[in-house]
Amino acid sequence: MDRVKLFIPLIIFVVLAAMLYWGLGRDPNAMPSALISRPVPTFQLPELGQLKDTEDTSLVVTGQPEILDETLFLGQVSLLNVWATWCVSCRVEHPYLLDIAETGVRIISLNYKDEVEAAQQWLEKYGDPYEQTISDPTGGLGLDLGVFGAPETYLIDHLGVIHYKHVGVVDDRVWRTTLQPKYQQLRNALPEAEK
Amino acid sequence: MVAELGHFALILAFCLAFAQALIPLAGTLANKALWIGTARPLSCGQFVFVAISFACLVTLFLQDDFSVAYVANNSNSLLPYYYKVSAVWGAHEGSLLLWVLILAGWTLAVAIFSRTLPADMVARVLSVMGMIAVGFYLFMLLTSNPFERLLPFPPVDGKDLNPLLQDIGLIIHPPMLYMGYVGFSVAFAFAVAALLAGRMDSAWARWTRPWTNAAWSFLTVGIFLGSWWAYYELGWGGWWFWDPVENASLMPWLAGTALIHSLAVSEKRGLFRSWTLLLAILAFSLSLLGTFLVRSGVLTSVHAFASDPTRGVFILAFLGVVIGGSLLLFALRSSTIGAKASFGWLSREAGILLNNVLLVVTLAMVLLGTLYPLVADVLGWGKISVGPPYFNFFFVPLGLLLILSMGIGANLQWKRQSTGSLLSLLKAPVVISPVLAVLWLVLAGWDLKVASLLGLTAALWLSLFTLQDIWQKSSYSGGRLAGLSRLKPGYWGMIVAHLGIAVLAIGITLTSNYSDQRDVRLVTGERIQVAGYDFLFQSVEQVRGPNYIAQQGSFAVFTTADDADAEPFTTLRPEKRRYLATGNMMTEADIDGGLFRDLYVALGEPLGDGAWSVRVYVKPYIRWIWLGAMMIALGGVIAVFDKRYRKVKVNSSASVNSAPVNSEPKESTPALVRASKDS
Repeated sequence: MDRVKLFIPLIIFVVLAAMLYWGLGRDPNAMPSALISRPVPTFQLPELGQLKDTEDTSLVVTGQPEILDETLFLGQVSLLNVWATWCVSCRVEHPYLLDIAETGVRIISLNYKDEVEAAQQWLEKYGDPYEQTISDPTGGLGLDLGVFGAPETYLIDHLGVIHYKHVGVVDDRVWRTTLQPKYQQLRNALPEAEK
Repeated sequence: MVAELGHFALILAFCLAFAQALIPLAGTLANKALWIGTARPLSCGQFVFVAISFACLVTLFLQDDFSVAYVANNSNSLLPYYYKVSAVWGAHEGSLLLWVLILAGWTLAVAIFSRTLPADMVARVLSVMGMIAVGFYLFMLLTSNPFERLLPFPPVDGKDLNPLLQDIGLIIHPPMLYMGYVGFSVAFAFAVAALLAGRMDSAWARWTRPWTNAAWSFLTVGIFLGSWWAYYELGWGGWWFWDPVENASLMPWLAGTALIHSLAVSEKRGLFRSWTLLLAILAFSLSLLGTFLVRSGVLTSVHAFASDPTRGVFILAFLGVVIGGSLLLFALRSSTIGAKASFGWLSREAGILLNNVLLVVTLAMVLLGTLYPLVADVLGWGKISVGPPYFNFFFVPLGLLLILSMGIGANLQWKRQSTGSLLSLLKAPVVISPVLAVLWLVLAGWDLKVASLLGLTAALWLSLFTLQDIWQKSSYSGGRLAGLSRLKPGYWGMIVAHLGIAVLAIGITLTSNYSDQRDVRLVTGERIQVAGYDFLFQSVEQVRGPNYIAQQGSFAVFTTADDADAEPFTTLRPEKRRYLATGNMMTEADIDGGLFRDLYVALGEPLGDGAWSVRVYVKPYIRWIWLGAMMIALGGVIAVFDKRYRKVKVNSSASVNSAPVNSEPKESTPALVRASKDS
């Protein structure tokens, strides 16, 4: 019996090694979200632009804040872009998002674990490709979505169902080879009236 | 020509390591003294050739030989010579070469400083180290040859070293870290050799202790330098990010810390022997895992500069052989016979047991948090980000418990402590430490917070217990000074390291609770007040470095109590650099350091109209974190110089694994007597 106990470390190691081996065979950029083919999780979060800061830097809401929820995605095919000002790659990605927004692609963004003021400054300075920006300073929605790190981009259909998740920067290559074909496919499936 | 020479020397070193792995071990099995005797010369030869190979790579960098792919990818003719040298280990191939160079260095050190050990034991240890080396040489020669040429069209100039790595901290951080990682291979080799020989007595533990202390000290310095580098180079102002790569270095450190303490019990009292062997295997396995995590791209993180799955498969196979093999050996050969010595629940053994449990639980928590994204993915639970909230949630309470128990544990006697004498030990520190903590915060003018009071109390508690212990151990009929000088280096090492933990805890507590940070938009001529300091943004100028152009801000710093026309007591010059070869932008923060506070200014982005985003921090006591880390490392170094580890000549025919505790009768009595005096 004592001898058997001595095998425990070996068994734990074998299990861990098997998992690591499995992890190796996977492309770190093609990490699927657990939510693929599921609806966007429910949320109630403010729009970024509605927040203003006061002298003592604590945040108060001025006027009526627009509270966004998951119905935001209904009716149109959208991209959901997760970004933050602390994310260097997001800065790299930003000009390209402006380009595709100009071609009429609807991009909603999730400002993830960020400072509201900094995010507002960023959009003012670099341009705002987003139709709406969901402010998620605590990362709650990010957690529900299974955000691994910024930037991430989700493709969501007109019923609010997630179809694809891209981890990392969206650039010309990624857009042309993966996202755009899927985006077009979803657009083409739309009832004529909703296009 | 130099590249080919280096490649050839590497192949020769591989051949010698192969011979070193086989011949001496075969000698111990076949009982041939001649074969056993080859262990030392082969280790020397292996070291010489890998050193030649390393020197060749350094030469290639200094000569700007961009026909070599590795040089072309990681250097540039404009790079200053010292960064050309450190660029050698700036990426995958070269850091592996550094890894084997250090392994060969440790092997050589074992060969030289093991004269008092039985020849067959040395042969086994060196063979095991040779096996590890063989794996790494094969890995380099098959998948990551640093000497590969880019012919026939070499680039005109190199791509330059990653600007993040162009820093004095990164010149010494990887070598120190690797000295620690690889140093645990010695404890590992001793453990495997003991298992192979079936000898797990207290002599084994005594031989292993100085090597483990040395490796652990290097690892401490390595982690400290990494944290220091992140603090001032990454421009984030933090000192620990729970990044997978940081965790990869913390885990072997935790295992090594447990090992150091467990070894003490195994040596002094003959207890925990299987457990100690397991920790020795664990510490080195985690070092290998650290290498694997950083180099394979399994986990993505800010540090992951290199990722290539084919290499990952090789490392995983190698890990499987080394760790799986040694754990199998452990399962088959380790002693199942429990030690006969017993100890009470109030004893130093019990204290160290608690220490080991806490350290291993902490380790498991860090390991889980680091591997969780991967494990969750495998089990189909989806991707869940594990960040600082998770780690702090577990680490802070576990750390507090560890520090509190450390104070008492180190004061306890071996075997049994009477309850009455324990109470007299506890009195003073238990009463004084919370009072001092409150006083400290009040005098410094900080709010009283539960977190900071707990942290400070724990740190002061540990300091008081440690000082009280020195006071008691140094009482001697010949007077206090004579009593102090009778204490051994092993004991002083423990004292310095434990006080280092207290200093570290004070630094962490005060920095995390009382730092002040502002991110502001400033135009030149404007001021910002943070925590009693007044920063005047004077100007931004363009300056030229050897391989970059920078916008350099200038901030005059006053204390808010100064008159309007007072001279600034310092001027900080943070930079925004653009590196010429790659076009990379880098933030160089400027820091005015001090024992009690750091002033930290980083220049963000230009916002137009002469305005800049500026980040200003005032961080109290942050240097205490690194001061404490240095003391911890110093403690390990002091303990290495305890003569006890070297002077004992061991009878090589002594004992088998079923022998009772303290199998050498000569040793047992003095060891126990000393135990009450010594660490």
